[in-house]
Amino acid sequence: MRFDLQQIASWIPQGASVLDLGCGSGELLAHLQAHKGVRGQGIEHGEDKVAQCIGRGLSVIQGDINTEILDYPDGRFDVVVLSQTLQQVYKPAILLKEMLRVGRRGVVSFPNFSHWRIRMQLLLSGQAPRTSELPYEWWNTPNIRVITLKDFRAFCKAHALPILEEAALDTDYRRQDGHVLSLWKSWRARYGIFLLGAR
Amino acid sequence: MSEYIDGFADANTVGIVEKQSFTFANSGEPLLLESGQLLAPVTLAFETYGRLTPARDNAILICHALTGDAHVAGYHDPAKGGSGKPGWWELMVGPGKPIDTDRYFVICSNALGSCMGSTGPASEKPDGSGLYGLDFPVVTIGDMVKAQRELIGHLGIPRLLAVVGGSMGGMQVLDWSCRYPEMVYAAIPLATTARHSALNIAFHEVARQAIMADPNWNRGRYTDSSKPGTGLAVARMVGHITYLSDEAMRRKFGRRLQDRDAFSFDFDLDLPDFQVESYLRYQGRKFVERFDANSFLYITKAADYFDLAAQHGQGSLAGAMSQAQARFLVISFSSDWLYPTYRSRELVQAMKKAGRDVSFMEIDADFGHDAFLLQNERLSALIANFLDHSQAKLRMEAGHAV
Repeated sequence: MRFDLQQIASWIPQGASVLDLGCGSGELLAHLQAHKGVRGQGIEHGEDKVAQCIGRGLSVIQGDINTEILDYPDGRFDVVVLSQTLQQVYKPAILLKEMLRVGRRGVVSFPNFSHWRIRMQLLLSGQAPRTSELPYEWWNTPNIRVITLKDFRAFCKAHALPILEEAALDTDYRRQDGHVLSLWKSWRARYGIFLLGAR
Repeated sequence: MSEYIDGFADANTVGIVEKQSFTFANSGEPLLLESGQLLAPVTLAFETYGRLTPARDNAILICHALTGDAHVAGYHDPAKGGSGKPGWWELMVGPGKPIDTDRYFVICSNALGSCMGSTGPASEKPDGSGLYGLDFPVVTIGDMVKAQRELIGHLGIPRLLAVVGGSMGGMQVLDWSCRYPEMVYAAIPLATTARHSALNIAFHEVARQAIMADPNWNRGRYTDSSKPGTGLAVARMVGHITYLSDEAMRRKFGRRLQDRDAFSFDFDLDLPDFQVESYLRYQGRKFVERFDANSFLYITKAADYFDLAAQHGQGSLAGAMSQAQARFLVISFSSDWLYPTYRSRELVQAMKKAGRDVSFMEIDADFGHDAFLLQNERLSALIANFLDHSQAKLRMEAGHAV
């Protein structure tokens, strides 16, 4: 499993109920179901990916995460995951509040836009940066916003979303190995992962 | 047996099957219908394929749509008057097929009120005074399910691995999972709805009016030689239009003419201008040969009366779904305008509110409502996978893992 998903999995307790928003083909949920006895529910937009999830024995609903999350009662899940999707969300404050309404904990991960390669690209080439984590041109990207670790911390503070844990990861794109950084995180992290919830 | 199978194009068939029959309430308790009326005796026609395991944990009930029957898969013996036509879901049910008869014990019963071997308005009254006709009590989807429950009990099945069905069959799937929650482990409602909209009821009413306006209908008292064939055919034509889609009809017929190069500028009943007219007339004629007009009235009424929320949730769909225990796979089709995707989404929403384990997918298909009956790789894979995982889960929970 991808290293960033391993990190997310390490924060999810045994036997928890988990909602994975934008679950893709269900890699994380399948892992959690097999290794942690998790009761999982996925929401995914793509028909092919939904079919793959069902092929893996996962419960998944085809739909838009922003509206599908509204139907769940308060506190329905132990953990709600938003992995690598925040950069595509139109109203992140609303979605994150909903995550912490339907779940006791929220996990949010995204590519860190203040990585040194990105800073250097912009500085030296003067063009919108492209990386393996954010590989699109400005005109064809599904990512409507780019986020840095610092930005996200400030956002959480402004919206009263308590950060319980934070992991800055240096891992090659989609690789299974990597490590959690403790120094120069803002410059070196390719991904940031945050655990949110009431203290 | 095998000499017949050799003749069939598709080797993966259950082969020759026989329609069976089960009668209950013969001497004991009559069936109490939702209308408050009593019905006895009650006969259901049914077919089964595959074998029940000793643990009796592999039974799948398939519920047919409006005018379907118990003949889901295989062939009726041509030597005994079988048509040689495969069952209506031959694509889906058979050895190695998505509903795999090598693994599952598959049951399909003909709905109560139908005319394909189950008790209905075309049946003889028990007192010997002729056919029921309009003396037959109005039945509901719930009544159909209650009758099926008797059959499942008779077959010695404590819990169904799955209940599967599309359209009116999907309504039965939903009713099953709310009415007998402990008996349904998994449920697949396809191309269906929790209740009919005004539009759905309107189409059914037009169809019923077509039958009742036929002078031969005679308030339900007609004979084989004077049945309301024209009315029933028109009713079927209306239905057929709603089962297709704009795109499917455009592709299938367009404005092409039937066996002519120019408009006829008349109203010839034998030779219509357009292909689509010819198609509808053909479908109507074919239907009259196999279906009873009164049964059509009763079954459309049952579908119109169906309201899952009112029946099981005091008006709340989430309330109804909180009665259920099954894991659900809800499927809709993108071009189905009879039961559009948003109707399935309402169901899914209620299931989520009620904390049910639910999967949902809208399959992109342009054949309209009928898509669930047609060859579709995606549908096949979804059903096969969902059943496979459901069985594994059930067995794990039951403590005898495979």
